Amino acid sequence: MNTVVLVAATFVACAVEMVEALTIVLAVGITRGWHAVRLGIAVALVALAAIVAVLGPTLTLLPLDTLRLVIGFLLLAFGLQWLRKAILRAAGAIPMHDEEQIFREEMAEASSQGVARDAFDWYAFTLSFKGVFLEGLEVAFIVIAFGDTHHNLALGTIAAGAALVTVVIVGVVVHGPLSRVPENTLKFAVGLMLVAYGTFWGGESVGVEWPGSDLAILGLIGFYALTAACLVAVRRRRATSLAGT
Amino acid sequence: MSAVRAFFRFWYDFVVGDDWRLALAAVAALGLTALAVEASLAGWWVAPIVVAGFLTLVVLRA
Repeated sequence: MNTVVLVAATFVACAVEMVEALTIVLAVGITRGWHAVRLGIAVALVALAAIVAVLGPTLTLLPLDTLRLVIGFLLLAFGLQWLRKAILRAAGAIPMHDEEQIFREEMAEASSQGVARDAFDWYAFTLSFKGVFLEGLEVAFIVIAFGDTHHNLALGTIAAGAALVTVVIVGVVVHGPLSRVPENTLKFAVGLMLVAYGTFWGGESVGVEWPGSDLAILGLIGFYALTAACLVAVRRRRATSLAGT
Repeated sequence: MSAVRAFFRFWYDFVVGDDWRLALAAVAALGLTALAVEASLAGWWVAPIVVAGFLTLVVLRA
């Protein structure tokens, strides 16, 4: 059960981040050509693979409780940010992440930047590198966190790789921003899983004995899902009553 | 921006993000749980309650 949830969390988190990276890459590639963009993506992926390859095994040298405390804290802090944003978006308090609009803005920005004829397009290279690398860093962290604490870095890497391949294939087929991906729903689900795992591992590291052992993770996901659903309902009701006055 | 500044900026955005109270929630949840365990209490319920409390505060005040 634990492994399935871990793989699912890594896959979905990776897919969400890669959809955002794909929007940037497509906008720059369509506007300015693909040579420098392809190179930017390749260099970013190599850098990310190097980070996972170096940091992953290094972190396993830490005592397990220390590793779980650090990773539990980071997952909690990071997951709570995703969850907060997903709740506010679901309640209509902040706008949804609009890939179409971001795509248009990126294309307009990329078109406005000039490039010397026959020169290497550093602008396109830098933009595609930053897009893939920065979005990928969050994925790399999730892969390392889940992989190390579960003693299975390879499985996390495979899940992230599968998500990357899926998003790239869909991106090539659609050849446009993946605006129909229910991004907020996915972020909601990943946020819940990150917070639940952060609580579980953080608790274990300070000596908590969870009722039901690993099954407590499902209880935590349920508890946080209920809390989040109540918060969405309260924010929506508040917005409705404000609109009515 | 220097590489060092960019490094710290990344970690600040990663851990603290848009609302510093959520990073505080993570510290408080694990810290209070550790105290409960030290006091020989069954501390498993502490972190979920603290996290849910902070999340409620942050979402309702946003």
